Amino acid sequence: MPDTHALVNDFLNQLKKRKIEGSKATAKLTAELLRSVISQQRIPHTNQAGALIQAIKAIGEQLIAANPVEVAVGNIVRRVLHIIREEDLSLTTASIGGLSLHPMSDDEDNVDPDDLSAAAVAAAARSTLRAPSLQTLLEGVPHSAPLHQSSSSAATDKNSRSRKLKHHVIETVNELIRDITTCHELIAEQAVEHIHHNEVILTLGSSGTVIEFLCAAKEKKRSFRVFVAEGAPRYQGHTLAKELVARGLQTTVITDSAVFAMISRVNMVIVGAHAVMANGGVIAPVGLNMVALAAQRHAVPFVVLAGIHKLCPLYPHNPQVLLNELKSPSELLDFGEFSDCMDFGIASASPLLHVVNPAFDYVPPKLVSLFITDTSSPCAKMQPKARYALDCKD
Amino acid sequence: MDSRRAPRTVIDPKVRQVGFFAPPDRSQSVPLLQNSNSPPSPPLSDLSPSGNSLSPVMIPPPRHLSDLSSRAVPVGFPPNRLLSPLHRFSGESVIPVGSYNPSEFASPSVGDFFEEKNAQSPGPRRSRGVGGSGKFASSLPAGGFELPPEVKPKSLTTVSVVSNLQPNVTEKVGEQSNESQDGRGANSKPLKEKTSKAERRALQEAQRAAKAAAKAEGNAGSGVANSVNTKAGKASKAPVQKKDNVSVAASEKRGGERMTDKDRKKDVPHPRMQFDDTSRVEKAKKRAVVKQTEVRNRVELFRHLPQYEHGTRLPDLEKKFFRLNSVHPAVYKVGLRYLAGDISGGNARCIAMLQAFQESIMEYSPPKEKALNRDLTAKLNSYVSFLIECRPLSISMGNAIKFVKSRIANLPLTLSESEAKTNLLSEINKFINEKIILADKVIVQHAVTKVRDGDVLLTYGSSSAVEMILLHAHELGKKFRVVIVDARPKLEGRLLLRRLLGKGISCTYVHLNGVSYIMSQVTRVFLGASSVLANGTVYSRVGTACVAMVANACGVPVIVCCEAYKFHERVQLDSICCNELGDPDAILKVQGREEINDLKDIANDENLQVLNLTYDATPSDYVSMIITDYGMIPPTSVPVIVREFRKDQILI
Repeated sequence: MPDTHALVNDFLNQLKKRKIEGSKATAKLTAELLRSVISQQRIPHTNQAGALIQAIKAIGEQLIAANPVEVAVGNIVRRVLHIIREEDLSLTTASIGGLSLHPMSDDEDNVDPDDLSAAAVAAAARSTLRAPSLQTLLEGVPHSAPLHQSSSSAATDKNSRSRKLKHHVIETVNELIRDITTCHELIAEQAVEHIHHNEVILTLGSSGTVIEFLCAAKEKKRSFRVFVAEGAPRYQGHTLAKELVARGLQTTVITDSAVFAMISRVNMVIVGAHAVMANGGVIAPVGLNMVALAAQRHAVPFVVLAGIHKLCPLYPHNPQVLLNELKSPSELLDFGEFSDCMDFGIASASPLLHVVNPAFDYVPPKLVSLFITDTSSPCAKMQPKARYALDCKD
Repeated sequence: MDSRRAPRTVIDPKVRQVGFFAPPDRSQSVPLLQNSNSPPSPPLSDLSPSGNSLSPVMIPPPRHLSDLSSRAVPVGFPPNRLLSPLHRFSGESVIPVGSYNPSEFASPSVGDFFEEKNAQSPGPRRSRGVGGSGKFASSLPAGGFELPPEVKPKSLTTVSVVSNLQPNVTEKVGEQSNESQDGRGANSKPLKEKTSKAERRALQEAQRAAKAAAKAEGNAGSGVANSVNTKAGKASKAPVQKKDNVSVAASEKRGGERMTDKDRKKDVPHPRMQFDDTSRVEKAKKRAVVKQTEVRNRVELFRHLPQYEHGTRLPDLEKKFFRLNSVHPAVYKVGLRYLAGDISGGNARCIAMLQAFQESIMEYSPPKEKALNRDLTAKLNSYVSFLIECRPLSISMGNAIKFVKSRIANLPLTLSESEAKTNLLSEINKFINEKIILADKVIVQHAVTKVRDGDVLLTYGSSSAVEMILLHAHELGKKFRVVIVDARPKLEGRLLLRRLLGKGISCTYVHLNGVSYIMSQVTRVFLGASSVLANGTVYSRVGTACVAMVANACGVPVIVCCEAYKFHERVQLDSICCNELGDPDAILKVQGREEINDLKDIANDENLQVLNLTYDATPSDYVSMIITDYGMIPPTSVPVIVREFRKDQILI
């Protein structure tokens, strides 16, 4: 336990200090942390899944609180919880199958314990497999797990089952980590379906997914042209442009201000996202709302690439403010140059100068034409309206 | 633009082709010339083979005859000349409105002029530039005048070009023949009148031949003497055009009309020259005072716009300061400051230009046998083309130049030189005061009524009009906050921020990307504009459209402040057809952020292009209101303003 504590604290610190760049890295680190937590979690003989869930939840809450803007953390925590429940359920159904006549209830309180029909099992499975939506999180599950555990199985099973559960969960979490690592490739695989010859593509800032996506299309011998808006104040567009030029793509670097001027000659806007909310709205790097509006004005498809770890089951409320971060003004103004203007309310009542440097933009769902995600399901490409479908699938 | 062009192409479809650029005409025209014009044909036939490099003017025989008949009448009564432009304007209602025409046609004449200037040391050039004698000689009845100015420069030329005498030989031949013709023309006046057309054509041929020869030898010192010939050649162009639309009966008027017309049309390169037209670009380059190197890796979409390496031109030009005599030092200085970016902003550039013009007019005296208004227009045109080389004209400057030219053209010939000059100076002063300074004051008065206590006003970049509004509102004691949105690479907003903070106005500074975040707090958006076009499109610093769009999406009213003299009857739908390209290097490096240098080492990679747009076009539906000196109008009313208020400015 002590080393898990140290690990968790370390990660918390990193999150708080915003040391981890990018939701993919965060997601991966979170999953790895949770995996080690699970593997080191001592599991009681009864109520194994419940104990695991409780442990993960406690840590997950801390992690989410450490950086509420980085929704990938929350997403991964929810995924892991979901995995635990799923594994537990599959074990349970297996044991039901094995013990056939053993009376057991599933996690729903109101199910008659004597009814062992397949329908009940299926219903139970459905309810467990339900998306980790707010409702599922608030009710049912934590209580149902102990219930379910307390009433189930013989003592002889327990040891093997607990080992089995842990083992299964860790395996699935490993799979999740692998998914996160390979999400770029999975998304990039779909590039050829979307990029044709002589296409003109605009992107703003930089995203690993976008680089992979464009390069995948390039590798498939598609020749196209990319306009890269530099994405001030982080200027990641420069990095992207460098990368694309190195791969031999025709790249044009433009200022962010020229986006509106250029968009009329652009066939498609392809951007990365920070997070995709449940309503299909996108939390994206700053400036993308402007690009999306311009794209809408000129009827240019606005395509968002998002790994599955970026899909968040939360509905946004005032995301422009609440799911945003204000960064250091030094990116916009030299402290030296404006130090005289930035008196922090010592001399006068209030400082004259405010510098606002938001990190994210909220792009409402109506401006997004398409999401491309890494799942192999039919929802991999979806309209914002179908966003809920993915939640259901989880 | 179109509206202005259409009538002209209808009127003289041939003339457009005749122009110096259309090679197909060449084959036809040479035989034509030889057949129809007996007197000059001998020199012509000598010269035409070498003159292949450029197409001669095509003049169909019937026209030539009519011209002769008109020529036979003694030409050029001053009153007629004075009247004629007015007549013309009133006759063709389309023209006056859009009369930034003069510069609209890329003119070879200026081209030659400049080229020569460039190539040659200034001494002889000066005399020619001021003289511009050939041009006038051809129109004036007294052919005798023609000779002296032409001979004089020639002698000067020989002196100055001693060093590279050899290449000049061919040119001399051409010159000689021209001289002989001129001499003939001078000796026999009636003959000259009759053959003037052919003769002029011959001159042109000769000039071309010389030029071609010079070009072949890669000789920098070519064609000095030709500049005079060029002028003569140029003069021939105008009547050809006229003939199509003016009846023979009205031909007496042509003398005066023709000159102004020609000056307007031919002397200044097209302000919106299409730079993907290689032949034109070559020409423009040849005549350019400013030696510019083109940027590598130009953006395909913007091939039609000039893009030059920044900074390479300046030191070179500074050196030339004391040698370049054709451009008045004041104008030269202004041009350099444009180039260096010292003066930016529509109003500032416009005022600086007008003041430079004033200075040059003050020191100007017309050569003896010239009418002031004609020679001055030519002079002005050469200045303008120099300024264009330094930085493409803004629309406001175009309008101001149009104004000055119309004033020059409409100067009564009865005025003495000093009277005319004072008249002009006061007119220009009046323009600066009324159209710019006073207009801004009126705009401020109007706009301040739109600022209420507790408002959060957003502005983008740094617009002089908006700044005045904010300062005035602050002076009135209104309580408001300003959001300054800024964008790379110019970061003008910082300067505005500093100035507003200095006045004690509470400011929020935001990058353009963050504008969606801040927009929810904003109650009004004030924007400046470089120009407002007839379809209500606001042509302004790049990024304005983004701000207006986001404001529109957030339901915040967008108020554009623009003086009415910046309005233009052109229309534009996107920001690509017409724009200005800035220095791409400004994008590669991020000012104050040395750690961002990804692009530095790959700047020369052929796959990397860097685009630094200067302007963009904001669609009119994003604009709630335009505040001008004529009041607050919706963008749909712009054409009305252009139509109703531009008329008096041009015609009176």
